[in-house]
Amino acid sequence: MDFIQPTSWADALAVKAERPAAVPVAGGTDLMVELNFDARRPDALLDLTKIGELAQWDISDGRVRLGAGVSYTRIITELGGTLPGLAMAARTVGSPQIRNRGTVGGNLGTASPAGDAHPPLLAARSDIEVASVRGTRLIGVEEFFTGVKRNAMEPDELIAAVHIPLPSGPEQFSKIGTRNAMVIAVAAFSLALHPEQRAVGTGIGSAAPTPRPAPAAEQFLAAALTDAGLWESRAELPPAIAAQFGEMVRAAAAPIDDVRGSAAYRLHALAVMARRTLAWAWQQYRGSAAHGDGG
Amino acid sequence: MRVTATINGELMHADDVWEGESLLYILRERLGLPGSKNACEQGECGSCTVYLDGVAVCACLVAAGQAQGREVVTVEGLASGGELHPVQEAFMRAGAVQCGFCTPGLIVATHDLLRRVPHPTDLEIREALAGNLCRCTGYEKIIAAVRLAASGRTGNAE
Repeated sequence: MDFIQPTSWADALAVKAERPAAVPVAGGTDLMVELNFDARRPDALLDLTKIGELAQWDISDGRVRLGAGVSYTRIITELGGTLPGLAMAARTVGSPQIRNRGTVGGNLGTASPAGDAHPPLLAARSDIEVASVRGTRLIGVEEFFTGVKRNAMEPDELIAAVHIPLPSGPEQFSKIGTRNAMVIAVAAFSLALHPEQRAVGTGIGSAAPTPRPAPAAEQFLAAALTDAGLWESRAELPPAIAAQFGEMVRAAAAPIDDVRGSAAYRLHALAVMARRTLAWAWQQYRGSAAHGDGG
Repeated sequence: MRVTATINGELMHADDVWEGESLLYILRERLGLPGSKNACEQGECGSCTVYLDGVAVCACLVAAGQAQGREVVTVEGLASGGELHPVQEAFMRAGAVQCGFCTPGLIVATHDLLRRVPHPTDLEIREALAGNLCRCTGYEKIIAAVRLAASGRTGNAE
């Protein structure tokens, strides 16, 4: 096995082009487990932790460009107020030690259906910036996940960053596990209200072969809020709308029975989480009008 | 390959390192620093918690080569001279040690917490130690030790 440690992004892309089988490693929280347990013997490790720009984020044109190597801890401390949905999910990742190392880039590279960052990235309608020596392209997060632990990247590509639109409304996240820390989600759900677009974003985790949104539920809720004038009035949300939204989120999932939970439990949990996150987000939306910050 | 890092303030070299090895392995097996414990090898138990460039991490999940040129502080690096660090003293006084296997990781995790939050609430203590498993004491004594260390009444100067 070779250990390749480029110090610039251009060098990293050149290595990946020349050796597409080289496995990128940043926080190591997934890959090192596989190495420690002899489950994987890659031909080469491509260490990305010496590339400073991957660990940076900035805001421009209404979007956060989050470098693939920014740790969950830094997302919580530096972007907790800017990207509340992603920060909520980040707080549920592993433990302090894991959050100090783990990155959203790694989560996307692994592309597990249970990856904690995926539901909020879906709900926020993010784009994944991938790069190779051939150039850079943006992949909508909905198109990024192509199967269980599979993504839309070419063998010579690396994840550079995630582009996350600045929220125009409240975001919420909910995750079910056997304890608060150190759990892989049994099921997870993210909700984003987009009042400027009069739209709703959703993300389902651990309840389908890939993380996925619930588009029919999004359209139903956005239309129901519009038809009842609720975006403007910010009146109380009729319970029937919330219940219907929960049922439609449930209908968008396709879970399996596994060691962490049964498919039936996951479906039930998703309907509950969808309803609850909507209640929390709607409460925030109503409260934000009282404070006059518009959203 | 050779890995060179500053470990507990001293420049150290590990030779004949296999590229897939962890930082924990080189600390314990190549550099004579067995304080960091090897239990789960998957980041679940926190027994191998060390500082990497000042950030608390599981050494079992750091590829050895990723420590190249970095600064590592292990549990062996916390005491100064013959004096235990107040966190270590507090764990002894509170009886927070039974078999002792989880203790080094908990000491480093506690050290990291108190450096960031000198007077943590119980909730903050539980959250900060959520990545460290103890199978003996049931955590009550451990949390008492953190409170004692935070109180500054362990008898040792910081």
